[in-house]
Amino acid sequence: MSATLPAQNLPPEEAAARALPGGAPPTHTQRSPWADKAFAFAAQSAAWITLALLAGIMASLVFGAWPAIQEFGIGFLFSTDWDPVEDKYGGLVMIYGTLMSAAIALIIAVPVSFGIALFLTELAPGWLRRPLGVAIELLAAVPSIVYGMWGLLVFGPILATYVQAPLQSAFGDVPFLGTLFSGPPVGIGLLSAGIILAIMVIPFIASVMRDVFETTPALLKESAYGLGATTWEVVSKVVLPYTKTGVVGAIMLGLGRALGETMAVTFVIGNFSQVSSLSLFEAANSITAAIANEFAEADTKLHQPALMYLGLVLFFITFCVLALSKLLLMRMKRGEGTRT
Amino acid sequence: MSLFALDAGRLGLHRRRKAMNAVALTLSLGAMAFGLFWLAWILFETIRLGIGGMALTVFTEMTPPPMADSGGLLNAIVGSLLMVSLATALGTPIGILCGIYLAEYGKGRWLGNVTGFINDILLSAPSIVIGLFIYAVVVAQVKSFSGFAGILALALIVIPVVVRTTENMLSLIPNALREAAYALGTPKWKVISSVTLRAARAGVITGVLLALARIAGETAPLLFTALNNQFFTSNLGEPMASLPVTIFKYAMSPYENWRELAWVGVFLITLGVLGLNILARVLFRKKH
Repeated sequence: MSATLPAQNLPPEEAAARALPGGAPPTHTQRSPWADKAFAFAAQSAAWITLALLAGIMASLVFGAWPAIQEFGIGFLFSTDWDPVEDKYGGLVMIYGTLMSAAIALIIAVPVSFGIALFLTELAPGWLRRPLGVAIELLAAVPSIVYGMWGLLVFGPILATYVQAPLQSAFGDVPFLGTLFSGPPVGIGLLSAGIILAIMVIPFIASVMRDVFETTPALLKESAYGLGATTWEVVSKVVLPYTKTGVVGAIMLGLGRALGETMAVTFVIGNFSQVSSLSLFEAANSITAAIANEFAEADTKLHQPALMYLGLVLFFITFCVLALSKLLLMRMKRGEGTRT
Repeated sequence: MSLFALDAGRLGLHRRRKAMNAVALTLSLGAMAFGLFWLAWILFETIRLGIGGMALTVFTEMTPPPMADSGGLLNAIVGSLLMVSLATALGTPIGILCGIYLAEYGKGRWLGNVTGFINDILLSAPSIVIGLFIYAVVVAQVKSFSGFAGILALALIVIPVVVRTTENMLSLIPNALREAAYALGTPKWKVISSVTLRAARAGVITGVLLALARIAGETAPLLFTALNNQFFTSNLGEPMASLPVTIFKYAMSPYENWRELAWVGVFLITLGVLGLNILARVLFRKKH
């Protein structure tokens, strides 16, 4: 026994040094307590910086917009004048343009994204899933300026010739549709902006929907298949009800993106700040496009504050939409595994 | 007789369900094709129109005046590289530290929860608002557009991207690894810096690359921070040209030579951004 444990062969003075005096722990537990504190402090400060960022953005927008808020008040949101010469500003045209283009985008993007998510989770053979998923995610990575330029110079003319002109000749005389489709068919305006936005948000919505669909327990799906359900029935009656919170969250995320998108919209919306009709073909304006085009040249008296006011409105809307999206997705995640 | 009728009804229902299924699956296939169609079309046009204007002068000459015979994008390319790299260098440490806080310190604390939530909102917040913020805080105070302001604006976009990936990657590290390190008496900062962060390295680098790809194509926050510059400058105190802003200006112009250069710029950016994305994926996949 004593031969196998080297500690017992130590000279007596060293063995005494190794024995703990009265069971007390060694004194040097931490070599550098300050390093631990400094590191924790640095990490915590970084978290504070991120929080301060949001507060800073809000404060600076309110501060910058203050002259316009005082001058126009809440009526800014309902007035359609935008006249830098007379120094009269109202944001309704831009707000309408932003909401309308985002609405068109969602009408197109939601069903398509649902189809893509369905294809990627239920239909595609295993070896195809990854490359297709990556391709859709790459579509999300293409910078928005590329979409904008492509939309203005390539897609716009094609849309004008092959979609707008035929729509106009077909529905020009129908009362309501006629108004929607009036105006010059030049491929610039709300419709083009909405379509480009749809192409941009499809990958966001589709990839979140796919992730959400994948959380459905295989057991549930297999049970349905076992009862003889078709793939469509499994998706519409098992997967969709199970994941509906997440699906709405995904759509909200896409909406947030569409509302805040700048460059792609600026290229194709036409930047025209008067509403003359409800036409989808007429040049219009959006909050982001107005800021992008006018801000650098605006005078600081009321024009810049008015643009800041628009920025504040945009930030407020996107903040609400994104917060809602995040809450829904979080609820989805928390509920995972608790429902059967 | 009644049995036969029942059968016919069942068969009819069965047929209807099958038809419904076929329609839905065809539509789903169509949606997939629709999504890929745009990607293919955009890439095809960028390559077709971008390759046409490609020449050595793009990398050796400055942005030309309208209707000039020659000219390149040198100042814009250099400006973009300078601002993007410095913004990444500035935003990455803050992002990684914040991600560390969220994953290692803040779990269950209010600061952690709130910061995680806010960070996800900042991740998708309109980038033009970031530009407005920097304009109000920096440009309006020093009364001049500058490369510095552009770098700050881009850095603010880097932070949330890096925070999100760092937190996700650190959360994937099994707790056993942490416990083993603690059991050896390692202090917490060392556990994080040489055990968990090291294990999550590939994922964190992926996040930085994705952030790089994201800001390389950002235009909106530069429009009224770095503005633009027709001439070459490496002085960060002056307005600075960047590839996206130059493309914006040139694409909207009626001049043929400017538009051609804009396509070349779009080609370069798309190539760079997609390249970075693919690199990030390959890197991440190798590790996992």
